[in-house]
Amino acid sequence: MPELVITVARFGFLILLWIFVFTVVGVIRRDLFAGARSGRLVAAPRAVGASTGQAAKPAKVKRGRAAHQLVVTAGQLAGTRITLGEAQITIGRAEDSTLVITDDYASARHARLVPRDGQWFVEDLGSTNGTYLDRAKVTGPTPVPLGVPIRIGRTSLELRP
Amino acid sequence: MTVAATPAPSPATTGGQSGVRLARSRRNAELSLLLLAMVLVAAYGATVEANLLDTVTPDFWMPAAALGAVFLGLHLVIRFLAPFADPALLPAVALLNGLGVGFLRRIDLGEAPVADRESLAVFAGIGGRQLAWTLASVILAAGLLAIMRDHRSVSRYAYTLGLAGIVLVMLPAVLPSSISEINGAKLWIRVGGFSIQPGEFAKLALLVFFAYYLVRKREVLSLASRRLLGIDFPRGRDLGPVVVVWLISLLVLVFEKDLGTSLLYFGMFVVTLYIATERVSWLLIGLVLFFGGAYLAYVLGSTVGGPFANFYLRAEIWLDPFADPTDKGYQLVQGLLALGTGGLFGAGPGGGQPEILPEVQNDFIFAGIGEEIGLFGLSALLVVYLLIVERGLRAALAVRDSFGKLLAGGLAFTLGLQVFVIVGGISKLIPLTGQTTPFLSAGGSSLMANWLLIAVLLRVSDGARRPVTGGGGKAARPAGGPPEQLHGAPTEVIKP
Repeated sequence: MPELVITVARFGFLILLWIFVFTVVGVIRRDLFAGARSGRLVAAPRAVGASTGQAAKPAKVKRGRAAHQLVVTAGQLAGTRITLGEAQITIGRAEDSTLVITDDYASARHARLVPRDGQWFVEDLGSTNGTYLDRAKVTGPTPVPLGVPIRIGRTSLELRP
Repeated sequence: MTVAATPAPSPATTGGQSGVRLARSRRNAELSLLLLAMVLVAAYGATVEANLLDTVTPDFWMPAAALGAVFLGLHLVIRFLAPFADPALLPAVALLNGLGVGFLRRIDLGEAPVADRESLAVFAGIGGRQLAWTLASVILAAGLLAIMRDHRSVSRYAYTLGLAGIVLVMLPAVLPSSISEINGAKLWIRVGGFSIQPGEFAKLALLVFFAYYLVRKREVLSLASRRLLGIDFPRGRDLGPVVVVWLISLLVLVFEKDLGTSLLYFGMFVVTLYIATERVSWLLIGLVLFFGGAYLAYVLGSTVGGPFANFYLRAEIWLDPFADPTDKGYQLVQGLLALGTGGLFGAGPGGGQPEILPEVQNDFIFAGIGEEIGLFGLSALLVVYLLIVERGLRAALAVRDSFGKLLAGGLAFTLGLQVFVIVGGISKLIPLTGQTTPFLSAGGSSLMANWLLIAVLLRVSDGARRPVTGGGGKAARPAGGPPEQLHGAPTEVIKP
C-alpha cells in the first residue's frame, strides 16, 4: 500500500468520525427546533392575517402577545411544555387530565385553563389546597397574563408567547 | 399577486391534526445515521487492513455488514414498537459498538502470524466473539423493547428487581475466590470457560428499585429539613436509605476489591436521590461520605492491610505510577505512554502497538484506541458518549411521569459515570479501577447490560416523545398506559 493511501485513509477516518458527530448533533438540533417551529405553526394564522389584512380573528387581544405555550417552571414536571390550542387544559392528579401532576398538594381535578376570546382564564375546580395566580388565591375564572406563575401545590406553570 | 404573496398554509395547519405531524418519529433520520455509522466501521476495518496487511482484503466489510444487519433489525423493531424513540441513541451506540468490534479484530490481526492474517475468519478471536456477543445483546435489547411496552410497567417488579440486584451484587463477594476472582477483583462468576459479571446487570435492577423507592419517599426526603449555612440538610433519621446504600457500596469496595463498581452504585443512588428531591445537600452528603469512605479505606489499607490492601495498592500506583514502572505501575504507565504516542492525530488505525498494553481488549481499550486515533479521534468518541448521555437526560426531562424521569435520568447518568470512571482511570485522573468501557470493551456481560440500558432509554424516550392525543402512529396504545382523554382536550405535548 502506498504511503499516501494510508495517510489519506487515516485522516479520512478521523474526519468521517467528526462528520458523524456533527450529523448526530444536527439531528438533535432539528429536534430541538421542531418544538419552536410547531409553536409558530399553531399560530400560523397570525402571518396569514397580517398579509391579507383580514381581521377575522376572534381575539382582539394584542397580537403577538397571545399565549402559545404552557410551560411548567417548577415541580416534578419542570421543563414540560404544552402547546395551547383552542381547547381547555385540565390540571390535576387524575390520569385523564391534560397535564397530570404528581404533586402531593394537588387534587385529582385541581384547576383548568380555559381560552376565551384569545385570553386564557384559570379556574379552580374546588381543589383542597387552592390555586394561586402569583400570590393571589384564585376564586373565580381569572385572566392569566403572560409570564405570571400559576401555583398548584409545589408546581408552577406559566403561559409563554 | 396577493394570492402569491400569501404563504400557503402548511399541511399541519390545514389538517387540524397538528399533533400527529409535529411529533415526527424521525425514524428515517435514525436509519441514515445508522448507515453512516456502519460506513465508518467499514472504513475503520479497511484502514486497519491497509496498515497491517499492506492490502485490503475483499472481505473487509464483513464485520461491518454483520453488525449493520443486526442493527438494522433493531431499527425495524424500534420502527414498529417504539416509533417515537429518540433517533440519535441507536446510531451513536452502534458506532461505539462497531468500533469496539473493529478494534478487537485489529488486535486479533496484530497477534495472528503474518501468513494467517489475510484469512482471519469473521467470527474468530476476541473480535469475532465480541461480534457474536453484539448480535446476542441486540436481540436481547429488541426482546426487552417487545416485552416492555411501557416503562411504567417495570415499576411493578421494583422490589423483586431490588432484591435480585442486591443478590447479584453480593454473589461474587460470598463465592470462593477461585470462582469469582480475576486480577484481584472479585466481580465474576466463572462457570466452566464462561465468566459473567453479575454486577453489570445488578446496576439496572438496582436503578429500577431506586427510582421506584424514591418516587414513593420523595416528599419526606425533600420536605423535612434543617437549614445550615444556606443549604437545606435532611433530618438525621431520613438519612437511613443513603447510609444503607453507602454501606453496601463500601462492602463492595472491601470484599470485591473494586473501587469503580462501588463508586458506580453509590453515585447512581445519590444522583437519583438528587433528581428526586432537587436538593444539592444530597450531593454534598454523598461526596463527603464517599471521599471519607475511600480515604478511610486508604488509611486502613496502609496500616491494617487485609481486605483494604488492594485498594491501597491501586491508590499508590495512581499517586506515582512511575515509582515502579516495570511491575506494579506497568499497565498504567504503558497506557499513558500509548496515549502520548498517539498524540493529536494518532498513529492511524492499525499503526499502533496495542499488544504491549496489558488488558488492552478490556480496561485499557480506550488507551489502545487512543494510540491509533489520537486525541482528535478520542474526543470524538467522548462526544458520542456525551450525546448518548444527553439524549438520556433529555428523555428524562420530557417524560411525563416521575418514575420515568428518575429511571431515564439515573440510567443516563450511570452510563456517563462509568465512562468517567474508566477514562479517568486510564488517564490517571482517579485511581484506576476495573470498569469496562461501555460498548467498546470485550465482554458479553457488560455489552448485554449496556444494550438493555439503551433499550430502556429508548422505551422511555418513546414514551416522552409520543404525542398525548392525536394517535400514536401505527403503534397500539401501550398497555397500562393512561386511559384515553375523557375531557376531550385535544392538546398535544411537545418536548422542549
